[in-house]
Amino acid sequence: MNNFHYERVTDVDTAVAAATGAGNSYLGGGTNLIDLWKYDLAHPEKLVDLNGIDELKEVTELPDGGLRLGALVTNNKTAYHPTVQERYPLLSRTILAGATPQIRNAATNGGNLLQRTRCYYFYDAASPCNKRVPGSGCPAREGHNRLHAILGHSEACIATMPSDMCVALAALEATVRVRGPQGERHIPFADFHRLPGEKPELDNTLGEDELILSIDLPARGFADHHTYLKLRDRHSYAFAVVSVALGYELDGEGKITTARIALGGVAHKPWRVPAAEELLVGQAPSEDQFARAADALLEGASGFKHNTFKIDLAHRAIIRAGAMAHDPSCQRPGAKPSL
Amino acid sequence: MSQSTLPQPKPEIGRPRRRIVGEQKVTGTATYAAEYAPENLLHGYVVNAKITKGRITGIEERAAREVEGVVEIMHHLRRPKMGYFDMQYSDIDAPPGSPFRVFYDANVQFNEQPIALVLADTFEAARYAASLIEVSYEEDPFDVDLHKNLDKARKPKEGIDSILKPMPPDDYGDFDRAFGEAAATYEGEVYHRSQHHNPLEMHATTTVYEGKGKVTVYDKTQGTTNSQMYVSSALGLKMSDVRVIAPFVGGGFGSGLRPQYQVLLSVMAALYLKRNVRVQLDREQMYTFGHRPETLQRVRFGASADGKLTAVSHEAYAETSRFEDYHETVVNHAGVLYPVENVHLDYQLVPLDRFTPLDMRAPGGLTGVLAVETAMDQLADRLQMDPLEFRLKNYAERDQSTGKPFSSKELRACYSQAAERFGWDQRKPTGQHPRRGNRLVGHGMASGIWDAIMLPAKATARLTTEGKLLIQCALNDCGQGAYTVMSQIAADELGLPFEDVTFEYADSKLDASPVQGGSFTTGVVGSAVKAACFALKDKIFHLAQILDGFPLGDALLPDVTFTGGEIVLHADPSVRIPFTEIIAFNKGKALEVSKTNIPNPIKLKRYTRNSHAASFVEVEVDAQLGVVYLTRAVTAVAAGRIMNTQTARSQILGGMVWGISMALREETLLDHNMGKFMNTNLAEYHVPVHADIGELDVIFVEEKDDIVNELGVKGLGEIGTISMAPAIANAIFNATGKVVTQFPFKLGDL
Repeated sequence: MNNFHYERVTDVDTAVAAATGAGNSYLGGGTNLIDLWKYDLAHPEKLVDLNGIDELKEVTELPDGGLRLGALVTNNKTAYHPTVQERYPLLSRTILAGATPQIRNAATNGGNLLQRTRCYYFYDAASPCNKRVPGSGCPAREGHNRLHAILGHSEACIATMPSDMCVALAALEATVRVRGPQGERHIPFADFHRLPGEKPELDNTLGEDELILSIDLPARGFADHHTYLKLRDRHSYAFAVVSVALGYELDGEGKITTARIALGGVAHKPWRVPAAEELLVGQAPSEDQFARAADALLEGASGFKHNTFKIDLAHRAIIRAGAMAHDPSCQRPGAKPSL
Repeated sequence: MSQSTLPQPKPEIGRPRRRIVGEQKVTGTATYAAEYAPENLLHGYVVNAKITKGRITGIEERAAREVEGVVEIMHHLRRPKMGYFDMQYSDIDAPPGSPFRVFYDANVQFNEQPIALVLADTFEAARYAASLIEVSYEEDPFDVDLHKNLDKARKPKEGIDSILKPMPPDDYGDFDRAFGEAAATYEGEVYHRSQHHNPLEMHATTTVYEGKGKVTVYDKTQGTTNSQMYVSSALGLKMSDVRVIAPFVGGGFGSGLRPQYQVLLSVMAALYLKRNVRVQLDREQMYTFGHRPETLQRVRFGASADGKLTAVSHEAYAETSRFEDYHETVVNHAGVLYPVENVHLDYQLVPLDRFTPLDMRAPGGLTGVLAVETAMDQLADRLQMDPLEFRLKNYAERDQSTGKPFSSKELRACYSQAAERFGWDQRKPTGQHPRRGNRLVGHGMASGIWDAIMLPAKATARLTTEGKLLIQCALNDCGQGAYTVMSQIAADELGLPFEDVTFEYADSKLDASPVQGGSFTTGVVGSAVKAACFALKDKIFHLAQILDGFPLGDALLPDVTFTGGEIVLHADPSVRIPFTEIIAFNKGKALEVSKTNIPNPIKLKRYTRNSHAASFVEVEVDAQLGVVYLTRAVTAVAAGRIMNTQTARSQILGGMVWGISMALREETLLDHNMGKFMNTNLAEYHVPVHADIGELDVIFVEEKDDIVNELGVKGLGEIGTISMAPAIANAIFNATGKVVTQFPFKLGDL
């Protein structure tokens, strides 16, 4: 770990000003940054510690009926927040499916959006990696790629975004509120993370020195019909091999009026296909309908040596998630999903 | 008055007792190797090679030296003198070959080989400086792929390790004919990747430089004597100048059986700089040395129509390094477990450009029995027999592979007691259990077997001036409870309350002890402790006989009882001689006896000596998603006398968890193009978490054994592990009809 400058700030404008410049980094919970630093993968020259900014530590109601989650609220505080549990149980459940209580107590909402991929080769300073050292190559293509993408990958990069929380935020159509030297802007969640293309070094569309202020949830929370189904290599403390965040609303006749499906563990960003969701509208939830949506969602999927099974697994997981979302016993706040 | 009226304290042996060091361990007051903090301590951080094979052509250390606090950088060009002969780098657990010599020369033999050590005032400075060192290499082509090199497989070289790990017996009967004539046959493969030990405590050594080339070494090891011998021999020091201390070990599982490179580096640096030096590995570096070898097995089993096993072929191909022939007893057990008359066994090694594998919990036994016991279920299925019935039909009353009797064998009782507790009568044939929601249900069972090994060991027993007992032995304990059990043995032998026994351990200046491994510690060191205590008892009695006034008359040792710190005469229990009176008679001096217990090899060799177990498990498998849930398991163990029912149960529970991990969780992913392991951290190397473990139940079956050792103990370190993994695989088959051939069984494998 290199020597570095450290500055603790108490307001957003000072933070943005302090962080402006190459080699500077914001510090929230540090659960990913410090690891990367110790692994010799990150080398901040200046650390701007945000933990003194109280205004980013709040959960507040929005005038449109939505909810604002401060960027510095911890993952656990968010998951157990009564309003989140009541109105956005999908988000609560999704957060609790990730990491460990210890990590979630330290990890912040803003940081969760910025966590780096768990690709083995990215994490090994001695390996080539286009995401870490652009142009150096991608050994994952011919190496171990179980955790890797089946959708939206590029010649340069087949990494996946590891967050659980972000999969739910994608399904909920959250907005990311950020401030930078040029002022404040709102980024729709679907546009926040990006596909690797030829620039896999960029995980997201956050501008240089921009700071995440909050994650804003719209009013619609799918509290009645939702689920987060996470399939992984051990029953806790493991990243998703495939995950599905799914929610829908029904009309008086039991037909779907709005549906959202986002997949985790399969791409460089939470994977959503609005056209697949449209297929469900006007239909009564059924295995066949979710299978059709799954077909559309997974169109064009292609795997590698160790992860081709994820295409079929994701298809099955979407159908199961559809059934789980219908099951009232899964909908109680804090209820353990059957998987 | 008869002897029965004497107050008989409840025997210590066989009762539950917490580990005497348990409280220190769970409250954080136990001091581990990396926690000793002598004055002016230097911190060492290791630089590991980033190529798999070749030579170091340059080490650019300028930037690293500029980091504040950096004191020295050591490597093959800057180090103290080291031994020249292979023998100097050997250790108690070394397989045949040329042991790896850290910093010996410019050659790189495996990826992540330690090649430099940065020494600084703080760990952080050393680690940062290490990241700034630039090493240039000349690379050679390498090969780390087991499957692609099966044509290069060959028989292992034999060495002294073959005493503990015998080569498979020669073929007997006529396998080809019997297999050809069998009414039912099964042919299959079992494969698993390498696995790493991952003890909670990472390897570390703190060396205190005592001056004049003398060192005190706080090491993470499973054998203080072994580390002492290794360090002194490799660096040409006198044994008496190297003292190794290791009272607490935060898990070993075999990773500390051989001294690892951090101990030599720490001592080397201490001698070179004449300073106190700590070298601590980080979690990633825990994947840079020994591991359970990747192994491919092929089994061909045949049985007659009435369910008699008639033919067994068991072949295994395991990785080893280019420089040592590490081998395990993978294929030795089928012929011991089952009385089959036509057997073909083959065990071969494939040398690759990797580090030498290392014993990891139930080495070989876990690997081999997994293939044997899953094949048995496949054959039972083809015969339409219940798997338990099939095993009982083929129950070995003698060891068919050698013709010898068993010293004791209560496997039948393991089967029946575990089956009853589990409810095996509820088992249905494959695919016929009623579903629970989306989940298929499966029941599976398997047998386990491990060797009861006996070795010599030495211990000292001293009656202190306070009339209490002190036991000494260099033995150290990774957490199983050996210190507690040794104290229990001693307490019973001298008739003292447990609280009056002190055990001094884990220091190489004490009587030499074998490494703690192979499930043999209680039998081996316990027998030495018992022998030393008996000799002390004898010495005490001889003094008692000549006390003023001859209170014992002409009584002999069998005519008295040692109890409550007194010698009591059977003929007249009012005659009681406190140990303190003996000490006073001895002019206030303590009494001490050292005793080496040497097993009788001729007696032992007449018998096959094994512990046995049977596991019964239930799994649920999600029919569409392929997720496996272990819901419950029962393991019954027959391992001779159980010394401490609490620590014994914990040992077996830990073993069962290990078996679950083998079946469903852990593996190290090796990149064949780069020659390196990729998932070298606890986030991506999946050891089980609580959510992975169902309800576990342990049964100890009564087993009396007068042959194995004086205590009748067979050991528990490995046996709890072995039967679990195949039982889980068999349960998955029972639920789904899918034969598990690759371990661990993961999402997507259904």
